[in-house]
Amino acid sequence: MPFLVNLGIGLVFGIGLVISGMADPAKVQNFLDLAGRWDPSLAFVMGGAVVTTFVGYAIVLRRPRPVNAPRFRLPADNRIDARLLAGAALFGIGWGLGGFCPGPAFTAATLGAAGTYAFLPTMLLGMGLGRIAAQRARAAAA
Amino acid sequence: MTTFTPIASTLGGVLIGCAAVLLMAWDGRIAGISGIASRLLPPYQDNAFAARLGFVLGLAAAPLAYWLATGREVAQTVSPNLPLMAAAGLLVGFGAVYGSGCTSGHGVCGLSRLSPRSLAATLTFMATGFATVFIVRHLIGA
Repeated sequence: MPFLVNLGIGLVFGIGLVISGMADPAKVQNFLDLAGRWDPSLAFVMGGAVVTTFVGYAIVLRRPRPVNAPRFRLPADNRIDARLLAGAALFGIGWGLGGFCPGPAFTAATLGAAGTYAFLPTMLLGMGLGRIAAQRARAAAA
Repeated sequence: MTTFTPIASTLGGVLIGCAAVLLMAWDGRIAGISGIASRLLPPYQDNAFAARLGFVLGLAAAPLAYWLATGREVAQTVSPNLPLMAAAGLLVGFGAVYGSGCTSGHGVCGLSRLSPRSLAATLTFMATGFATVFIVRHLIGA
């Protein structure tokens, strides 16, 4: 049951990526290309998503608990530290180089482009390394 | 060259937002793709593996569902430069997890929660994304 519900929610998310054009790395890179043929579409995707989520969270978080879990798990960390900014900076460089962030990369997995299959395995490797590095940084700070 | 698609992109963004709200209502979790995907890798700290796998498979199934519903294939242009895409994947995966979030977790969900931490991350990856595309397209001229 959790598998099927999450499959459905992931499908809605992925169809959102497809309709918005964000499954196309060229469209993402053209948003990031202010000095070239700028395509502002990504700002509209973010706008639609953020307004919807803002309103939806306000309604959902008034409920005592989620349907399938004992409580809501919201990130409690408020620190703006070096790890956050370094990670985000590296993420942005990779995002600009490839035009993929993780969601669209998974959505592209069934579309057959060779570049996608070069990107996905190293992204997963990077995620594994990122987890180890983040744990070490947390242990060093504790 | 991609076409500016304000309506489709806003609608797609609304769908992405709906998916984020549904995941919060069902599982009480943030729809952060890098968080979901990185926890598909061991070591496992909870028993939500099937749910996470379902979400990622839903993302991957989206182009097929879109094609079945509309008869249109998803157009995309992915760089054929495989070493570049592999490097981009590594940076995206590492950066997203080290920085505790990507375009979905910080960008959509974090901004919707008015989180200063997510705003700082989003501004940082946008800045390095803009800078990277500027350097690659206009200084190197690739």
